[in-house]
Amino acid sequence: MSEQHAVEQQGHKEHHIVSPVVYVVIFFSLLVGTAATIGASYLDLGVWNPVIAIAIAVCKATLVVLFFMHVRYSSRLTMLTVGAGLFTFMALIGMTLSDYISRAWGRW
Amino acid sequence: MSDSPAIVHGAHADAHHEHPPYQRHHFETMEQQVDATSFAMWLFLLTEIMFFGGLFTAYLIYRNWYYPAFVAGSHQLNIFWGSLNTLVLISSSFTMAMGVWCAEMRKQAGLVLCLVLTFVLGIGFLGIKTIEYKEKIEKHHVPGFHYSVQSFVNPATDKEATEAKDKPLPLDMARRTEVYFSLYFAMTGMHALHMIIGIGILGFMIFRARAGAYTTGHVTFVENFGLYWHFVDIIWIFLFPLLYLISRYS
Repeated sequence: MSEQHAVEQQGHKEHHIVSPVVYVVIFFSLLVGTAATIGASYLDLGVWNPVIAIAIAVCKATLVVLFFMHVRYSSRLTMLTVGAGLFTFMALIGMTLSDYISRAWGRW
Repeated sequence: MSDSPAIVHGAHADAHHEHPPYQRHHFETMEQQVDATSFAMWLFLLTEIMFFGGLFTAYLIYRNWYYPAFVAGSHQLNIFWGSLNTLVLISSSFTMAMGVWCAEMRKQAGLVLCLVLTFVLGIGFLGIKTIEYKEKIEKHHVPGFHYSVQSFVNPATDKEATEAKDKPLPLDMARRTEVYFSLYFAMTGMHALHMIIGIGILGFMIFRARAGAYTTGHVTFVENFGLYWHFVDIIWIFLFPLLYLISRYS
């Protein structure tokens, strides 16, 4: 794996270069994920249909973020930034939905 | 993100230390510059998450309110074109990732090839999207004055609705399919706009890469554009099942 480390600039800490092998593996994983999403949508799984579709999409997105976008090899600052973004996004969606669910509470 | 050479001012000669020409003056080290630009790019992507997040939240709420309309609307979309476009976009993400690798390894010909492939796949995605939009326009499924609920109140007259074995919707629910198509056009339209901007930048990068700009050890621009392109890919990874694959069994 020694060839995976870039030619260094002076004062520049080692910059991790992700191997093409990793990209190929992720590419095929994404194709399998796409096939799985389409396949699962034709099965009647009741309430689980959207859950499975979202779960597969989240897995695919995680692969893209970690490997294509190099977060797996990035600085802690980058990881924290990505985490903060996801957290804020989930908090905003969660608060919005809790409002929609509880707006008419007790008036049903 | 800049890759233009820094200008060395004589007045700063005392405080000046050796650095590569692409290191900006206000950065102490190259590492600091790379970290700062990468951090900035991620902050931009966070604003993009919030931007698309609003659309996804609207989708989530309306889908729960008008579920039968969303099912009928979704059945109007063509799974073949949707799947093909997913394949095209994932492939373009792969060629972009390979482009970043080529830039890092200083392979100029490889970088140009990867950027051209990404460019072509991006155009291909928009071409397929155009075919899909054209069909929606022809069937009066674009929200507005000319919107038609024909396919939903009388599915027997509609090819896609018949294939999906759709049952007629009451008129009030059939009208809600307009909400589905509003979100469909807003979300895929915004996604397509991001693709168009990305393709424009790709054209610029192909031009610069041919001149040898990104294969001198300074790959920040290619790397950060890659982040943008992969982000657009992620949006599609969610849009595809949410818009195309609602209740396909039956």
